[in-house]
Amino acid sequence: MSLAAPAEQHLSPHQEFLQGMRDMLPMLVGAIPFGIIFGSLAVSAGLTPWQTVGMSLLVFAGSAQFIALSLLSGGASLAVLLLTTLVVNLRHALYSASLQPFVRHLPVRWRMPLAFWLTDEAFAVVQHRYAELDASPHKHWYFLGAALAMYGNWQLCTLIGLWFGQSVPDIARWGLDFAMLATFIGIVVPMLRSRPQVAAALVAGAVALVCHDLPYQLGLLAAAASGIVVGVCLERLGGEPVEVMP
Amino acid sequence: MNHWLLIIGMLAITFATRYSLFAFPHLQFPAVVRQALHYVPTAVLTAIVVPGMFYQEGALALRWDNAYLLAGLATIAIAGLTRHLLATIGGGLLLFFILRWQLGQLPV
Repeated sequence: MSLAAPAEQHLSPHQEFLQGMRDMLPMLVGAIPFGIIFGSLAVSAGLTPWQTVGMSLLVFAGSAQFIALSLLSGGASLAVLLLTTLVVNLRHALYSASLQPFVRHLPVRWRMPLAFWLTDEAFAVVQHRYAELDASPHKHWYFLGAALAMYGNWQLCTLIGLWFGQSVPDIARWGLDFAMLATFIGIVVPMLRSRPQVAAALVAGAVALVCHDLPYQLGLLAAAASGIVVGVCLERLGGEPVEVMP
Repeated sequence: MNHWLLIIGMLAITFATRYSLFAFPHLQFPAVVRQALHYVPTAVLTAIVVPGMFYQEGALALRWDNAYLLAGLATIAIAGLTRHLLATIGGGLLLFFILRWQLGQLPV
């Protein structure tokens, strides 16, 4: 590795890449339990070990993968699983929209893989880097480093979970799925900073309970749609300032 | 159901949402869509969490021995107080397993 660059020079692509990996570390720690839990629960939900690895490699979306497992165990149809995946992953379109101004100059061979690796965690770390004022032309290398760290970590944890799930009996009865609830609570609660956000959560929660017995897990979709509509309507009526995503 | 079909479908849908605006560098969502996107994480995640706390084995479980409900409420409190993701997950899981152990619901 080269010596540290003088202050007025930009970090090299290599340095940006490593910095992205380093800044991702806290997020990796947070993702470890979920990767392991996903790997250990997937087989009891009906996936083969190869399908478990395949899902982590190809889909690479923690919450969607978790929900797919619980829907699979509940016997949902393919259409419901895919529709739910769409709804659960819609937030990625928001991330895509937020980062688009910073990547629009890149060729497709960069934009496609960066999009594939655009997780909640990568978004949080990378948008922070883009918000820094230095005019480094290599920030996409930082993005790549952060994204690959997350991807490698997720694959490793899936494998550990697979092994763990097959060597510990009764793994499905331990209630490890509570980790997903705790994670989602940890993501949602800090976002409830405006009245429309609180209302969206309350309405979504209430509708989800009332509509729980609808077939094909349609209650989830009804609840999400109700929460979104109520949030947008209250925001438009109240004229409250729009919360900027963290 | 063919699970590989599910995986390919999930891949296509997930990639499509992530690539959506990267694919069209000069496109912008209309204002109302951008506004709605702000409520998607809250609404979807809450709609997953609440039934997960209140329903067990397909039935409403409004009971003191429902560790998912009790620990879930405690986890919400931890999240509100600390606003720290790792503390929320760690504290919530710890409480959950202590409760399950006390209630004799762990297979040990």
